[in-house]
Amino acid sequence: MQQHDFDILVVGGGGAGLRASIAAAEHASDLKIGLVSKVYPMRSHTVAAEGGAAAVTLEKDSFQAHIEDTVMGSDWLAEQQVVDYFVRHAHAELVQMEHWGCPWSRKEDGSIQVRRFGGMKVERTWFAADKTGFHMLHTLYQTSLKYSQIERLDEFFVLDLVVIDDAIAGVIAIQIATGELHLIRAKSVILATGGAGRVFRFNTNGGIVTGDGMAMAYRHGVALRDMEFVQYHPTGLPGSGILITEASRGEGGIMINKDGYRYLQDYGLGPETPLGKPENKYMELGPRDKLSQAFWQEQQAGRTGRYGESDVVYLDLRHLGEKYLQERLPFICELAKAYVNVDPAREPIPVRPAVHYTMGGIMTDAQCETSIKGLYAAGECASVGLHGANRLGSNSLTELLVFGRLAGEQAAANAQTQDFASLSTMQEQLNQQQQQLAELSARDTGESWVEIKKELLITMEEGCGIYRTEAGMQKTLNTIRALQQRYKNVQVSDKSKVYNTELFMCLELGFGLDIAEATCLGALERRESRGAHQRLDEGCTSRNDEEFLRHSLVYYQGQEDARLEWQEVDTSILPPAVRAYGDAAKGAKS
Amino acid sequence: MKLDITILRYLPEQAAEPFSQTYSVPYDASTSVLDALTYIKEELDPTLSYRWSCRMAICGSCGMMINGKPILGCNVFLRDYAKTGMLIEPLAHFPVERDLIIDMESFLTHLEAVKPYLINKKAQGVQTFEPHVQTPQQMDKYQQFSNCINCGLCYSACPQFGLNPEFIGPAALTLAHRYNLDSRDQGQAERMPMINSEEGAWSCTFVGYCSEVCPKQVDPAAAVNQSKVTSATDLLLSLLGGRS
Repeated sequence: MQQHDFDILVVGGGGAGLRASIAAAEHASDLKIGLVSKVYPMRSHTVAAEGGAAAVTLEKDSFQAHIEDTVMGSDWLAEQQVVDYFVRHAHAELVQMEHWGCPWSRKEDGSIQVRRFGGMKVERTWFAADKTGFHMLHTLYQTSLKYSQIERLDEFFVLDLVVIDDAIAGVIAIQIATGELHLIRAKSVILATGGAGRVFRFNTNGGIVTGDGMAMAYRHGVALRDMEFVQYHPTGLPGSGILITEASRGEGGIMINKDGYRYLQDYGLGPETPLGKPENKYMELGPRDKLSQAFWQEQQAGRTGRYGESDVVYLDLRHLGEKYLQERLPFICELAKAYVNVDPAREPIPVRPAVHYTMGGIMTDAQCETSIKGLYAAGECASVGLHGANRLGSNSLTELLVFGRLAGEQAAANAQTQDFASLSTMQEQLNQQQQQLAELSARDTGESWVEIKKELLITMEEGCGIYRTEAGMQKTLNTIRALQQRYKNVQVSDKSKVYNTELFMCLELGFGLDIAEATCLGALERRESRGAHQRLDEGCTSRNDEEFLRHSLVYYQGQEDARLEWQEVDTSILPPAVRAYGDAAKGAKS
Repeated sequence: MKLDITILRYLPEQAAEPFSQTYSVPYDASTSVLDALTYIKEELDPTLSYRWSCRMAICGSCGMMINGKPILGCNVFLRDYAKTGMLIEPLAHFPVERDLIIDMESFLTHLEAVKPYLINKKAQGVQTFEPHVQTPQQMDKYQQFSNCINCGLCYSACPQFGLNPEFIGPAALTLAHRYNLDSRDQGQAERMPMINSEEGAWSCTFVGYCSEVCPKQVDPAAAVNQSKVTSATDLLLSLLGGRS
């Protein structure tokens, strides 16, 4: 066993974790910061974000407009004061990234270029071609190298938080290269561990997006909030689920069914906008939940095409021309060619919805702190209250920066007032972990984690998909609970210490099962349709503010079933109103 | 369809030497090498170890040698190896930790050594909240070189790095060049000693294989060659008594 002390420990080396580390380093130069990640930072899934990052930029835009779009996008389940803070700090963060070298795409005069994005009434999405997340992540990683007080522990897998008297004391981690346990003591801990899209079979996420941090906080009594809201991105590639950015539509791409018809006009997003003239909040620039739901309806009506094993619609970019595509969407051209053998300049790309983003997460207050003193969360793993029932594309890359920075500063300020916990108390929890690992490793027969995982992915897709029913969700919840029981007897064949990747995949599955239970319970109990949570059962097919204008909070109960509570939503800026897009929005007040 | 895939394995806790193991893997037109490895791990042999994450050639995790060539496992496909067969080995020129997992530390040390971040007054804390002006033409100079995903394939392709692991190598030199070419950067003078050094750009013998294997068309060979020109100018100016 090795032991380390850090004033601040950041778990997760993606966008939020790196931004938090830099913010903490800039807050006070004498603080020692640890950045632990199960992969090298530049492998983190921020790298795969394509489209861009939102901030009010143009003269014609306003904070109020960005707030309205985000709140309407959230179907009124966002915390409005948090949204207000977010939009006011967004621009400064993107400029900060520019000062750190991020290669934002430019206009001819050398100023920042912005593009259209779904659900946004004004163009405000900054982008770096169609590799925005990649450029942001590498810029942050490279910038972090300037700060000698940031010590990275790359390829360390965090097993558990250590919590003493409702305050964070540190974490227990395994060094993946050696299998050795490390007890890491810290005065503040920031979770920046990303989402949990990998509990679904068909997703756009990297293999590492397994909800580890969410599950760890949850097991220590922190509520997971709004977990039933899972974003299906409307344009994943069939087979792999690889992401085709929304920016394709922002640049003018259109969605057609197998008959070449622009079906979105039939789902409250029309009228049809002329080819090559995209209009904000119309048609292809509606929000993701609505577009994915329209796919499902088309599928039911038999108007989808077929690619391999998947029903698909088509993203048509041909009218944009090869030169423009190469300039604005080079990565999309590369992905379409490699994975479905389509040249987007000549053929429409077959696409289907794929799980993309976990709207819910670890509940924090507006300053990113959880219910455990000194434990913070930021980025996709957190629910600070920005996205509500549906996230707008390009709000999450900015979220990483705004709330990563805030979490870093808060954690640093906290660390300056705290002492380290006693090592002997921490040692007890370490011993427990060691014991559990030894038992897992000693088990020679038992359940296969591969089989449990396969069943989990299938049941999540069946019960918690784009449209849901009471019976379907109940069945899925029962299945998850049965899988949790089987998991207690799970077995790992690989007994070695060095890079035992099987062990980590098995542990990730354990985290995923708890996340799945919270997701499904939230979905089952929310007997209405709102944002990304849509139900088909009678009485639940529309939004019901009277009963459900509330956040779901799911609490872990150890061996017992998880427990759900409801929490009021902050609607202090924009009272609930009809959520409408296209021409339908003209009649509706917002 | 099935393909026999032979993998050079190394299990340091069980055997001192690497050994080969062959697996028969079903595939269709869309099966990538990474998909095949996942199949092996989940269905045939859970002890096989490799790095991976994004599956879309952007995270840079899954570099490996296939039939002697450095590639990313996620963007090559079994269909293209039906005739040749497939031998998978860990990336060349790096110490092997286990199976296809190599030790990345030297790579990261080289990256960090070139100060790969924007150096200028604004970046050092003068807070004006205006972006720099940078025209598309100014961006064009460095943009290609900013697309490196740190996968390490170019180091496996580089004969110089194979001979001398102290050589800073293609990706790190490219990254240094990327910042030197950035109109917002003022850090070239700080980076030149490393580029001019014995382990810097002049170690490159311009084989150019790095650019051939780069999965992102970053063209590190061009960056290194341009660095030599910059370096020659810099050395000449320093001989003449001062850098510009």
